[in-house]
Amino acid sequence: MQESWLLFKRNLADFWKTFRHNRMGLMGAFLVLTAILLAIFAPLVTTTSPNEIIRDANGRGLTFAPPFVHGPLGTDDAGHDVWAQLAFGARISLTVGFLAGFIAMFVGSLLGILAGYFGGWLDNLIMRITDVLLVIPDLPLMLVLVAAIRQLNLQISPLTVLILVIGLLYWTSTARLVRSQVLTIKERQFVARARAIGAGHIHIIRNHILPQIMPLIVANTVLILSTAILIESGLAFLGLGDPTQPSWGTMLNFAFDRNAISNNAWWFYLPPGLAIVWVSLGCVLLGNVLEEMLNPRLTGHHLEGEARVVKITGEEAAHAQHLG
Amino acid sequence: MHNTSVKSPLLRVRHLSTEFVMPVDQRVARALEDVSFDVYPGQTIGLVGESGCGKTTTLMSVMRLLPANARLSGQVFFKDTDLLTLNEKSMRSYRWKELAIVFQGAMNALNPVMRVGEQIREAITLHKLMDREQAETRVGELLEMVGIPKERGAQYPFQYSGGMRQRAMIAMALACSPSLLFADEPTTALDVMVQAQVLELLKKIQQDFGLAIVIVTHDLGVVAELCDTVVVMYGGKVAEYGPVDMIYNAPQHPYTQRLLESFPDLARSDPSEALASIPGTPPRLTELPPGCRFEPRCYVRLEKCKFEAPPLLEVNDNHFAACHLCKGAEARF
Repeated sequence: MQESWLLFKRNLADFWKTFRHNRMGLMGAFLVLTAILLAIFAPLVTTTSPNEIIRDANGRGLTFAPPFVHGPLGTDDAGHDVWAQLAFGARISLTVGFLAGFIAMFVGSLLGILAGYFGGWLDNLIMRITDVLLVIPDLPLMLVLVAAIRQLNLQISPLTVLILVIGLLYWTSTARLVRSQVLTIKERQFVARARAIGAGHIHIIRNHILPQIMPLIVANTVLILSTAILIESGLAFLGLGDPTQPSWGTMLNFAFDRNAISNNAWWFYLPPGLAIVWVSLGCVLLGNVLEEMLNPRLTGHHLEGEARVVKITGEEAAHAQHLG
Repeated sequence: MHNTSVKSPLLRVRHLSTEFVMPVDQRVARALEDVSFDVYPGQTIGLVGESGCGKTTTLMSVMRLLPANARLSGQVFFKDTDLLTLNEKSMRSYRWKELAIVFQGAMNALNPVMRVGEQIREAITLHKLMDREQAETRVGELLEMVGIPKERGAQYPFQYSGGMRQRAMIAMALACSPSLLFADEPTTALDVMVQAQVLELLKKIQQDFGLAIVIVTHDLGVVAELCDTVVVMYGGKVAEYGPVDMIYNAPQHPYTQRLLESFPDLARSDPSEALASIPGTPPRLTELPPGCRFEPRCYVRLEKCKFEAPPLLEVNDNHFAACHLCKGAEARF
């Protein structure tokens, strides 16, 4: 245990050493981390709650107040602070995006491994389901599903419905990716050797296949996260978010509904839009860089790179000359 | 040959046939047909023949490591158990504990992202033979035994040379003290010096542990050096089978005769003389000739060779050949 922890620490240190020099990766990490920090410290960076109505000196609601009149980002049509909404909205957007993304990643990897490793009818079944889901356009399908589940009045919170629908429909690309990798790895001879030493399927998958596809899964997860956040925003913009817990998508929906654009209230609709771009751009940059770094095939040959020339001391040089 | 009358065989392969159903056109490739031989404890037996004659398939059939489109028939008795009747789970308990294999090309048989020592330990802990700490010590011993410093167990396969990897594979094969070791072309892709080391190692293992080794090779020099019994295979069938000195000095099957002639002999009178070769190519496994499989390439063929497959005949004590030209009682397998 101690040993594997040290190993992990060393791997992490090695990883950081390479990562530090990658500008694109650092940029992505910065974008994602700032968004996460904003979500965590939302109560600390805002002065008002998102539901509080800001009033002017006469006690009237301050509606559509531009940034120079109130706060960092002005107020919306009801006099709510936009900055507070943005900060608290980050919590909802990121929670939904991350949870849905992780569910999608988990389901996709599991199904991909099962299909790739066992093959046969199971592979056929899983891949045909994947094909069907890939053919149906995501957004309309999710729209219909979310709306239909709402209609059933199942007493599930709207956000949970959103998370589950996105998570359980968005695994297809991961499943395909993982399956194709598993297909090549399971034909490698060390898998045959693992069978020869008497290993069962679970042992082979856990000890020989999973470590090989883990980098792929990690990189893919980050990319899936960005898509999940985008889809959540899309669904929320179309009115399927939870109005009591507004996310960035819900904010856009409000702004659109309440004529922020015709009122020229750019401070109401631009910030949530830019925030969505901020996070998804961060995820894409980070995901691409991780994929590049973790996929051994995209990096150079292990013999490539700087050769270390050992310095020869004077004594050794003299000795060498003597021998020569 | 060891005194076969006293000991009972460790492995008895009887009428083993292996077919592969081609996934594309459902054609059947008959990779093995009616293969029978015995392996006695402490014996070294060589499987020789051209590429694609079924040597590796024989090993894989016995270990039951073939792909899903393979169909096996016949019997493979290990001690008294027919391995072909076992379910996958009980088969697993035989693998490595009783039957271990050194794969062809050790470079690929090691997981590139796992430390070598860990991979050797995997075999031990998988069968729950000992606890982790004991297994750790055992891994060190095994590595030292094949001439690898035990500290290097913490390294990855790419940090090993080709010969070291092959030796590490041998160490791994010995991890669970099997009674039968299969070595699938253990010296292929190694240079001559390393080949000699590996052969020396196999010899030493055999002497120290008295385990039986089945070695697959097309290097007749390796066979002469290590084996006491030889099985010559051609087109998925046993062509000739017998003690090594009989096979080398009095080969009965025309294929064996030609095979031996085509192997360079340093004591040849005229070294500039071209080596003999066997014209033609081995038969396609999907379009096997109806009679003797060697008939199209044979230089002494008879008319009936075209239509009638020769049975395996006992031409001498424990020396069998499948040729119409040979005289002897039909083998009692």
